Amino acid sequence: MIAQIVFIAITLAAIALFSYNIKKVIRNIQLGKSADRSDQPHKRLMTMLKVAFGQTKMFFRPIPAFLHLIVYAGFVIINIEVVEILIDGIFGSHRIFSGLGFIYDFLIGSFEILAFGVWLGCAIFLIRRNVIKLKRFSGVEMTKWPRSDANYILISEILLMTAFLLMNAADAKLQALGAHHYTNAGAFPISQYLQNVLPNSEGALVAIERGCWWFHIIGILAFLNYLPYSKHFHILFAFPNTYFSNLEPKGEFTNMKSVTNEVKAMLDPSFTPEEAEPGRFGAKDVNDLTWVNLMNAYTCTECGRCTSVCPANITGKLLSPRKIMMDTRDRMEEVGKNIDKTGNGFDDGKSLIDSYISREEIWACTSCNACTEACPINIDPLAIITELRRYAVMEESQSPASINTMLGNIENNGAPWKYSPADRFNWAKES
Amino acid sequence: MSEQLNFEVPTMAELIAKGEEPEILFWVGCAGSYDERAQKTTRDICKILHHVGIKYAVLGTEESCTGDPAKRAGNEFLFQMQAMTNIEVLNAYNIKKIVTGCPHCFNTIKNEYPGLGGSYEVIHHTQLIQQLIDEGKLKAEGGESFKGKKITYHDPCYLGRGNGVYEAPRKALEVLDAQLVEMKRCKSNGLCCGAGGAQMFKEPEKGNKDINIERIEEALETQPNIIAAGCPFCMTMISDGVKLKDQDQNVQVLDIAEITVRANGL
Repeated sequence: MIAQIVFIAITLAAIALFSYNIKKVIRNIQLGKSADRSDQPHKRLMTMLKVAFGQTKMFFRPIPAFLHLIVYAGFVIINIEVVEILIDGIFGSHRIFSGLGFIYDFLIGSFEILAFGVWLGCAIFLIRRNVIKLKRFSGVEMTKWPRSDANYILISEILLMTAFLLMNAADAKLQALGAHHYTNAGAFPISQYLQNVLPNSEGALVAIERGCWWFHIIGILAFLNYLPYSKHFHILFAFPNTYFSNLEPKGEFTNMKSVTNEVKAMLDPSFTPEEAEPGRFGAKDVNDLTWVNLMNAYTCTECGRCTSVCPANITGKLLSPRKIMMDTRDRMEEVGKNIDKTGNGFDDGKSLIDSYISREEIWACTSCNACTEACPINIDPLAIITELRRYAVMEESQSPASINTMLGNIENNGAPWKYSPADRFNWAKES
Repeated sequence: MSEQLNFEVPTMAELIAKGEEPEILFWVGCAGSYDERAQKTTRDICKILHHVGIKYAVLGTEESCTGDPAKRAGNEFLFQMQAMTNIEVLNAYNIKKIVTGCPHCFNTIKNEYPGLGGSYEVIHHTQLIQQLIDEGKLKAEGGESFKGKKITYHDPCYLGRGNGVYEAPRKALEVLDAQLVEMKRCKSNGLCCGAGGAQMFKEPEKGNKDINIERIEEALETQPNIIAAGCPFCMTMISDGVKLKDQDQNVQVLDIAEITVRANGL
């Protein structure tokens, strides 16, 4: 009875804490400007199913895709087991679904195989990060915390899976001993090999079984609450992020409505503008970006596929699309904390541009869309870079001198070079 | 095979004056108009249009920058000024269909003009060439033979990833009976030449290599006779790279339109 109360209390506390943090995350995302992504719901749903659920974009790199698929499938499917744990925890029952007979055996057996797969996948991931030290996992933005974050996640998953398998091994042994409360149920294709390392006494086995059971469920609840602090948020955000992702051709940049109004008014004085969102041109800080940009930042798993294909980064420039996303998230969290402390309107004198992302970074971009193509969950760093450039050029008139010259040429000659418009058709006459 | 055009390139103004309408407008673009190397491609596109007998026209001196480099550089004002002025001209001429000689113009007019009041059917010249080949109007006969030559095609970002056009330029090369080889990074995984996003008009940021060198090294790994391009900016970057690698005697950098013209002896 006490165990049940403790269980319910822990579960409720975990859910409450998670809701509290999620609310803050949503509040932070809503710091962004509006963007309409309600069109083509069917196409959006298909994109989500294909890209997030089906992980189609992962398969450009088959080895991590395969390992990731196992970890993903394992993690999702084993969570069915969590339903049983929750029911058992609340009602004090043991393996409540065991009445399902051979179906239950099949389920538990599959969970074990998957758990072993997850265990192995995470172990290989740890080796790739810490022993082989793949280049993709390094870079200026991959400071101590992002690297530890990744390791914590992988280690926790390994511990959770170990607890799950040990729990089953102890349970099976108790079943064989005919221990009270331990009904004969389940198939244990993996954990049977762990039975030998366990003690034989019933008391010790119960302690191990219960210990692992509590560790498993508390671990999962702790993991859930770790998500908002971690890069691992993608396990939830991948779905809305792909659903709301850009469906237009990648080459298309948004036309700024606020500018259209001004240009139309300039060309036609009788023009009355439609309602446009107020604010500055482009983005100086996170609240000048759209909620989609900000959701992108929370979704980023820091896998570095974007950076590894970025032509600027490959050739040693400062720009790293992954850093753009990480900086956006860090700044958004900072602004969020400022609001928590002092309410809206507090100015800490910092901004996304300069305090986080430098001019050198944004001007190194070739807008080639390699980063957006490479992202397995349709994150768009280019959209943020473009907004920062817009701010630099339109609000501050701060762009590299050669860019200014080019802009001046377009304005005066209708071409980015200093040629006379009268000579535009000369190509047809000369050889 | 003379460089010079032995026919007059019709302008919209002339056609309208004669009470005629073109089937398609050829949007030349700034590079195609002013850049000496790109001018050759422009003339070759005209040769193809003339050869197959499509009724076409250019805007001539009425054409102006699409605003693409301004938009990529972040100057939305200048972009929209250019766009709206161009749209006014295009709409006044009642233009329905446009072929561009540049992926940047192609992307801008196709994707960004509709929202500002300019909706046209827009194709890139490699798509036109592919259509003409499919329709049997264009072959690879009567000109230079490319048989056995190794050709590698560099995907321009704004044609490939930007708009998903990967097959048309390749189809245009497939008729040549040449040996097509792909670079390690091709199609959706293609590496930028380094000119996009207004980089063409500025010095690169500090780094350890220029992007076009990275690309040209990859292209040269395929040991090509010809590197095929579909964009005047890629043409500049790749040609520069080939020169810097001292390979300009061995490797030609040609636009798909130039290759087509040569193969057909136009």
